[in-house]
Amino acid sequence: MKRLFPILGVVTAVLLIYALYMALIGAPTEQTMGNVQRIFYYHVPSAWTAFILFFVNFGASIVYLVRRKAAADIVALVSAEVGVVFCTVVLVTGPIWARPVWGIWWTWDMRLTSTLVLWLIYVSYLFLRRFSSSGETPTLAAALAVLGALCVPFVYFSIWFFRTQHPQPVMGGGGSIDPRMLHVLLLNWLAFSCFAFLVCWSRYRLETLQRDVDQAHALESLMAPRGSAR
Amino acid sequence: MKGNNAYLLAAYAITWIIHITYLATIVSRYSRLKREIESLRKSG
Repeated sequence: MKRLFPILGVVTAVLLIYALYMALIGAPTEQTMGNVQRIFYYHVPSAWTAFILFFVNFGASIVYLVRRKAAADIVALVSAEVGVVFCTVVLVTGPIWARPVWGIWWTWDMRLTSTLVLWLIYVSYLFLRRFSSSGETPTLAAALAVLGALCVPFVYFSIWFFRTQHPQPVMGGGGSIDPRMLHVLLLNWLAFSCFAFLVCWSRYRLETLQRDVDQAHALESLMAPRGSAR
Repeated sequence: MKGNNAYLLAAYAITWIIHITYLATIVSRYSRLKREIESLRKSG
């Protein structure tokens, strides 16, 4: 397993560089928006990756609630954290794209607002994990995650069921995309998915190590000689 | 449309700043943990 990480790291780096090249140079220029449309190749894959990570968080939280496995708890934490990072990218690249195209940085339409709410829910989840010292924290966090995951399909389907400022879906829902653009989009999604996997793997190793160290400290304080007589 | 290239560059740059910042926190925490493990080994 240890040798697999650097190999995957190199493959991911090559994929990311190639995907970046294709996004900036290889993909055709969009007729209406021009080059700024290329933000699409980072914005959409980041959103899809975030949704997948929140779904993983949902699955791991269910496993933890049912079976109380520590590994499931770690996977839930890791996937939520990395998911928030990708969702942050979505919320930042979206307005940067919107400004030259719509003339505004932000609007309170269904897609944008629901994505912000989704982000806030998972940031709350991370705050709960970080600042609560109760033994029930993993259980409470898992319960919050199960509810928060309900927001994900709402965000995804919001542009299907509501007329919004946000563009209509390019895949399904009546939308269409140039096949060359679709190829670059999927390539970037693959690259970001591999990147997300590696980041999650690193974070999982870190969290496992942290818990081992915490356990060692706890054992050390238990074994330490008692203070002076009363 | 040339001015829009600045938005494109900003979006890509900020994306990687966010990812690299997060990776840096993981690396930093990992280094700190390694030092803690060393000190636990020495005291144990």
